[in-house]
Amino acid sequence: MAGEKSITFRVRRYQPQGTKGPYYQDYNVPYRDDEVVLDGLNYIKDQLDPTLTFRWSCRMGICGSCGMDVNGSPKLTCGTFIRDAGRGGVVQVDPLTSFNSIKDLVTDFDPFMDHFAHVKPWLIREKEKPVAQGEYLQYPEDLTAYRQQSLCINCTLCYAACPVFQGDDRFVGPASLAMALRYIRDTRDQGAEQRFERISTEHGIWECTFVGECSVVCPKEVDPAGAIQTLKLMATTRRMRKLLMPKSAPR
Amino acid sequence: MDRLAYDIVVVGGGAAGLRAAIAAAESDPKLTIGLVSKVYPMRSHTVSAEGGTAAVMREYDNFELHCLDTIKGSDYLADQDAVEFFVAHCPEEIIQLDHWGLPWSRDDDGKIEQRAFGGMSVKRTCFAADKIGFHILHTLFQTSMKYPQIVRHDEWFVTDLIVENGAAAGVVALDIRRGELSYINAKAVVLATGGAGRVYEFTTNGFIKTGDGMALAYRAGVPLKDMEMVQFHPTCLPGTGILITEAARGEGGTLINKDGERFMKTYLPGKMELGPRDILSRSEIQEIRAGRGFEGPHGAYVGLDLRHLGEKAIDERLPMVRELAEKYLGLDPIHEPIPVRPGQHYIMGGVSTNMHGETNVPGLYAVGETACVTINGANRLGSNSLSECLVFGTATGLSATTYAKKTDWPRGTAAKEALAKEEARIFGGLMKREVGKESVSAIRKEMQQIMDRDVGIFRDEKGLTDACAKLATLRQRFADVGVADKDRVFNTELTQALELDFMLDVAQAIAWSALNRRESRGAHSRTDYTNRDDANYLKHSLAFRADGAPRIDYLPVTITKWQPQARKY
Repeated sequence: MAGEKSITFRVRRYQPQGTKGPYYQDYNVPYRDDEVVLDGLNYIKDQLDPTLTFRWSCRMGICGSCGMDVNGSPKLTCGTFIRDAGRGGVVQVDPLTSFNSIKDLVTDFDPFMDHFAHVKPWLIREKEKPVAQGEYLQYPEDLTAYRQQSLCINCTLCYAACPVFQGDDRFVGPASLAMALRYIRDTRDQGAEQRFERISTEHGIWECTFVGECSVVCPKEVDPAGAIQTLKLMATTRRMRKLLMPKSAPR
Repeated sequence: MDRLAYDIVVVGGGAAGLRAAIAAAESDPKLTIGLVSKVYPMRSHTVSAEGGTAAVMREYDNFELHCLDTIKGSDYLADQDAVEFFVAHCPEEIIQLDHWGLPWSRDDDGKIEQRAFGGMSVKRTCFAADKIGFHILHTLFQTSMKYPQIVRHDEWFVTDLIVENGAAAGVVALDIRRGELSYINAKAVVLATGGAGRVYEFTTNGFIKTGDGMALAYRAGVPLKDMEMVQFHPTCLPGTGILITEAARGEGGTLINKDGERFMKTYLPGKMELGPRDILSRSEIQEIRAGRGFEGPHGAYVGLDLRHLGEKAIDERLPMVRELAEKYLGLDPIHEPIPVRPGQHYIMGGVSTNMHGETNVPGLYAVGETACVTINGANRLGSNSLSECLVFGTATGLSATTYAKKTDWPRGTAAKEALAKEEARIFGGLMKREVGKESVSAIRKEMQQIMDRDVGIFRDEKGLTDACAKLATLRQRFADVGVADKDRVFNTELTQALELDFMLDVAQAIAWSALNRRESRGAHSRTDYTNRDDANYLKHSLAFRADGAPRIDYLPVTITKWQPQARKY
């Protein structure tokens, strides 16, 4: 990284076994215009300070590991260019605010896994079709119905952007609720009832106040905010139908 | 320290590991399965696979043809009994994933659609736009959450295998978050940690692909097979090495030189851009060396031209290609060719197993890119590797289950000894050493540059000899590496040092196997031995770990009905 330009990376540090609390540390990082914030962090790790701690792997925006706050906004650092991120000559990098910091830029990811598992993110069938009988037919328009939500990479930027979640970590949260819709809308799935039981609740879809920030920060255009509104509408329709036509309750 | 025990421990949470874990869970609900992964499973590098996964699904195709394509692609180094088993089981894995919710791209008749891929003689590659790896990984991971008997240890790094009375008896692992070592007893251990692309500098592979499982098995006395067979993918973005899928060519994309010519007509007129990867990568380098490449800030490259496909087709079938080109190069492939050059992509070699995933250590299994069964031989065909993870993931999960059910629990003395040894090595040694003149990042970079330069697409005796000598020096220098971060919690400096330790073993196995194969076959291209030499080298290389250099031995190739012929396309 022998760039001619350089910029200050201001990184939030936290060592749990150290004596001091969180603090900011500045590093001078040379860069080229085609380099991303993650490249800068790796420059620091490899050349300046091997103690700096963060997660990353694919560096192509698909593994979802490297989400951090860059100048106050949740970003995938592998997809955020230094040239665009530097404000006033400083790139400030903080851990995502959604979950507690374990060390430096690494946050505790387990709470997300619990919320995610809560919505039963797998295909539910009343009866499994034997593999020997072939695939379920699904037409291109069937795929379109759930494809958008199926693109979630679990980076949790949406949790960091969600003011509801910041106030109440019992909220199931944007990515997990979008995943519920992904399966509910899949023509192969028969688990809508089970999932609505889990999500049409105080800390499920009804806690969302439709701020919409989750959809703004989503790097994969999953639109969790839209998904939650759709789920609210579906839940309401199901309730109405159950009241008016108790015998024809949908699955 | 936790006292942990599972019937089966699976190391690695990518496609192969997850498929093995689910197969074991489904075959016997009473079995306990520990899934140990150094990353949360959905971060595994399976996620980056783009183009598709192969299976015979339609009337126009048949098993014989998929076998022949695979064997010919392998330059006759694949074991043909394994290929036959593989090909016969691919379709059921595709259907199984459909039943678990994978969002396959579909034909108008509602069936799973297939696309063309390099070296496949018909449309055989099932896909989900250009994100098949992402969808396979997430589908398998989400499905695995159904089974309470699969207990995950996310962000645990396996440092050693436990072997008791000659049989696998568990693993020693570092809980990265707590910074503590534990042993996990097991009746059977499945290694599914993926490949080792990060031994190279210019690679499509994610940072986590450091050959952990290969090195773990190697250290336990299992040979690494055909390690010289390293695949270079022809279409990677200069600078970053980010992969542009072969599906771009499957959908009609072409490769052009700076004069705008489809240069593959010079090298492989019969297949053009849909030739196998080894031939395409070599052709690109030859074209660049002839002065017909483009020049850019990251060196010479050729162009991948999708302009004639049009916006609609690109957005529907190759959305990630457009996304990556726009994001990382600032260009739109609808209007401009994408700069590409060959980069390390896949390791055909790996832990020597048979088609049941068994190694020479009872109770120890390997599967996926970590393993070498081998169906890939000297050159893997694109879209066979995900199918390999699925077919052999299932087979290995089932054979580990059968073994675990008839095996008693290990006594545990070996586990205690292994833990004490790892405590001394890691926390008594590595963590105590101060950072001196040697650093993890400097040694890693030197290793990667040696591998790129001398163990790359073209190789010769002098370069390989030099690489072997230099890698031995790096191994010695590694003994002086220290760790600056003394905080045990989530110590990535420590895990990177442990990964480098593994990678140095794998790099040596690759270089020595390459030095000893004095012929050209598939991806192994020797400029000093340019012909394939079936008389002397129709055999697998086996690298055994030894003091200093690895010991190289050989194993016959299994031929069933496809006699080796000149590989012509």
